[in-house]
Amino acid sequence: MSPYLRALSAILLREALRFVTQRERFLAALVRPLVWLIVFAAGFRAALGLSITPPYQTYITYEVYIVPGLCAMIQLFNAMQSALSLVYDREMGSMRLLLTAPLPRWWLLFCKLLAGVLVSILQVYAFLGIAYLYGIRLPLMGYVWVLPALLASGLMLGAVGLFLASTIRQLENFAGVMNFVIFPVFFLSTALYPLWRMAESSRLLRDICAFNPFSHAVELIRFALYARLNPDALVWVALTFAIFLALALWGFDPARGIMTRKARP
Amino acid sequence: MIRSTVSTLAMTALLAMPALAQEVWVSNERDNTISIIDVPSMEVVDTIKVGARPRGIMFSHDHKVAYLCASDDSTIQVIDVTTREILHNLPSGENPETFALHPDNRHIYISNEDDNITSVLDVVDRRIVAQIPVGVEPEGKAINRAGTIAITTSETTNMAHWIDTETFEIFQNSLVGSRPRHAEFTSDDKRLFVSAEIGGGLHVFDTETYQELAEIRFEIPDVHPHDVQPVGFKLTEDMSRVYVALGPANRIAVVDAETYEVLGYHLVGRRVWHMAMSDDETKLFTTNGVSGDVTIIDLERQEPVKTVKVGRFPWGAAYRPADS
Repeated sequence: MSPYLRALSAILLREALRFVTQRERFLAALVRPLVWLIVFAAGFRAALGLSITPPYQTYITYEVYIVPGLCAMIQLFNAMQSALSLVYDREMGSMRLLLTAPLPRWWLLFCKLLAGVLVSILQVYAFLGIAYLYGIRLPLMGYVWVLPALLASGLMLGAVGLFLASTIRQLENFAGVMNFVIFPVFFLSTALYPLWRMAESSRLLRDICAFNPFSHAVELIRFALYARLNPDALVWVALTFAIFLALALWGFDPARGIMTRKARP
Repeated sequence: MIRSTVSTLAMTALLAMPALAQEVWVSNERDNTISIIDVPSMEVVDTIKVGARPRGIMFSHDHKVAYLCASDDSTIQVIDVTTREILHNLPSGENPETFALHPDNRHIYISNEDDNITSVLDVVDRRIVAQIPVGVEPEGKAINRAGTIAITTSETTNMAHWIDTETFEIFQNSLVGSRPRHAEFTSDDKRLFVSAEIGGGLHVFDTETYQELAEIRFEIPDVHPHDVQPVGFKLTEDMSRVYVALGPANRIAVVDAETYEVLGYHLVGRRVWHMAMSDDETKLFTTNGVSGDVTIIDLERQEPVKTVKVGRFPWGAAYRPADS
């Protein structure tokens, strides 16, 4: 086995073991979107249906609308969790061990990123399974099409998390960052409300939502769940992934990165 | 030789003519148009200009012409299904809202909403042959398969009037819930269903005893009971199901027509009014008045599959099978 693949399998295995042993983390990842689906969506009182926007072909209830956003939310939290574990690893010293492996730094970070994404995909499928039992049935092919979309959106969010991890030195600072990242990113997106609904309250809010890369991740997942491709969303997601991965690699580079500058007295 | 060539060419031309596909014709009350939906593609393929305030719409039993209530023009328009042109107008009495065609394919029973009258039109002689006084604001119309009984429901009197089609006289009145809108017989003529919009129920009557057999009620989670207003409905040929439009509840109820149990609801557009069903009973087309569209429900999968934009305030819908 090539050293590259060995590193990949080792990192994946470590993440998988962590996923299996931390059942509370898995449950928490599921409970959060389920609370949104069952409690928040029920209280939204859109029982009379939402106006039709692509990819929907007919009227839907709010519960149906919110599902793709909640899939993306699972990935967002998972990405932040992975970033948190990176900061923790760095504090504990295991990060140094990883980064000193005789392989390119970008490959090691990418493996770490991929491992987190695969965990998030498992969580999303578990959520979709529960949503199915709850009565939210999506087209059968949608469950297949959503896999590459989840991979793309997961990589994008993971890259953002990686970048954040590269900028934070202490674990204590992370909670603040999570509040400043997760909540605005989630609420100022199409996860909870369609753009037309945002436009009704404020044009500025609508524009922010339309610009937010998280919205594009949500829309990529939404379209994929209906076996359709949203090319614009895919481009946005790919571009965001590339930018944040480059920034993260730069951030983790001891010669030039943010860490170096922070380490200076 | 020439004759044979001409006949061959004529035959070829005839064969080359595209057979008419299955269509659903939808009357748009505010646009004075009919939207034609091609069933296989589920797209609007044509829009026809018609008279003022089109509401009730149906095809002749041979599906060669369509009849349309142009309410504000006080006429019944006859439209050729092939050319989609208005052939002529027929007398209807004042303000015809909706109607039913007798199995003889000749007599149409029309509700004249403002005059409290049911007019009987002979489409061959093109004249009104009878005018029957009924309750206030007549609306729903139904004729049994045997052609012996015609029903008129009157919105304000809250009654279903049973009319003898031989004598053109009312021989029975049945009290139903508030504002009865639509009536239909089962295919065996043994039961009559009548919807009550404000009353919120679907009433079932025995056609021999005229006694009410059941009142079906609807409850939708998170929807206010005032918004549950049954209007149009369709019974399946095998009498196993009845699909009921619930107005501002934006739902079609699926009801077991034998046990009267409500089996479920389908979300459709705003203020669903009437509907048409394909002859193989695999698709249902609902007119959603306020949202100006038609929702197509796949009855095999029991799920709405598409909503297509039509004109403003679609009212009635009629299904025409493909040419054989």
